[in-house]
Amino acid sequence: MQELIDAIIYAIPYLMGGLGMTLLVSLITVAMSLVIGVVLGVGLIYGPWPLRWVIRLLTDCIRGIPILVLIFAVYYGLPPLGLNLSSFWSAVLALTLFKTAQVIEYTRGAVSSIPRGQMEAAKSIGLIFSKRLRYVIFPQAMRRFLPPWLNGVTDAVKGSALVSLLGVVDLMQAINQVIGRTYEPMPLYVLGALIYFAINYSLSSMSKLLERRYAYIKE
Amino acid sequence: MSATPLLQIARLTKSFGTNQVLKSVDLNVAAGEVVTVIGPSGGGKTTLLRCVNFLEAYDGGSIKIDGREVGYVDNAGGRKRGEIDLAAMRAETGIVFQSFNLFPHLTAEQNIMLGLRQVRKKPLKEAQDIARHWLDRVGLAHKTKSLPSELSGGQQQRVGIARAVAMDPKILLLDEITSALDPELVNEVLDVVRQLASDGMTMLIVTHEIAFARDASHRIVFVADGVVSAQGKPDALMGEVAHNERLRNFLSRFSATAH
Repeated sequence: MQELIDAIIYAIPYLMGGLGMTLLVSLITVAMSLVIGVVLGVGLIYGPWPLRWVIRLLTDCIRGIPILVLIFAVYYGLPPLGLNLSSFWSAVLALTLFKTAQVIEYTRGAVSSIPRGQMEAAKSIGLIFSKRLRYVIFPQAMRRFLPPWLNGVTDAVKGSALVSLLGVVDLMQAINQVIGRTYEPMPLYVLGALIYFAINYSLSSMSKLLERRYAYIKE
Repeated sequence: MSATPLLQIARLTKSFGTNQVLKSVDLNVAAGEVVTVIGPSGGGKTTLLRCVNFLEAYDGGSIKIDGREVGYVDNAGGRKRGEIDLAAMRAETGIVFQSFNLFPHLTAEQNIMLGLRQVRKKPLKEAQDIARHWLDRVGLAHKTKSLPSELSGGQQQRVGIARAVAMDPKILLLDEITSALDPELVNEVLDVVRQLASDGMTMLIVTHEIAFARDASHRIVFVADGVVSAQGKPDALMGEVAHNERLRNFLSRFSATAH
């Protein structure tokens, strides 16, 4: 028992560094994919047909590729094209692409679920397009957008463990490094699982509060 | 009636695919006039109304409000007006929808205030005063903080009317506004429209309420097969029945219920 506690105490400082990296990767991925995904999702619904076609193609391609393949494709595929990204940014870019494709779909689903009459009513009182989205469409779409998106945030945290494959020292990689020194995998993997669980459990608890905030909107 | 009509529609055409809904509609509405459009379903009444505030882009002919072409920079089928210009034009025409289309996430008061704040740029206090004034006018002073889901159909439609008129439009378009209502709720909505008419609001109304059309409007326009088939003062139009078979057939379906 004492050995177990010692192993954990020894590991903690390394894991905290890795945890910071995991959170950083997740945060950047979630934030960038949210912004880009919502913009492209709106383009997919309201844009002119060439734009819609390009976005459709992009999301279908990305969603058809396993995320692991996407990570290696970005890491090994971009340098020959003249774009040299660090392993950190390669990993973040790949995760963001993957997540963006999902956010585009959530946005499309949520926005197109709003009855057509809402857009027409918003037009009829003289609101310009951006204000129609901001004051009429988005507040209503939020109720449908949030549940899948918040699930997706926990997926992003879990999925970020894949960056360890490019040598980025996130929580997963930190665990592997400590195990490399102590040769005691079990306590470390259990500890790692608990940390991932703690993050995601608090995220999904927060998401339930957020969802309740929008439950009052009825059609 | 002033010399130049407020709304001028000339040779208006509109097709959906191969189906030509409006073949050539000519219709003028003077300021302060209440004009009711009647006619068989699928005859193009609603499409006509939706072209007036450019919810539908028309194909040919012309629609002018106060002398300005609606939706297009020069003429139909040409370059469309930019987003800001188009929005500003739409703010000058109020429309009330068959299915209310209230914003479900906003209270009655907020539904009315949105356009006042974001389009008319009124200060909060003034926007709220205007919203409450109009809710009072439609008999809903006690429902300012209610969400649409907490209101009956008739009440929702009265908020819909208040939302449109609060913007102080040059012309108010009413698109079968009682068709989705239970029969016992129709009158509370029509009463509001009658009041607006007596206040001098310019209105273009599409309705199936023939009795209402007869007593509330200055002129009735009978639209069938995409053209204005007959029009005139309510009594005069009813007199034309003898010469116009389509009008006769249309009205005969209402004779059982008309008084």
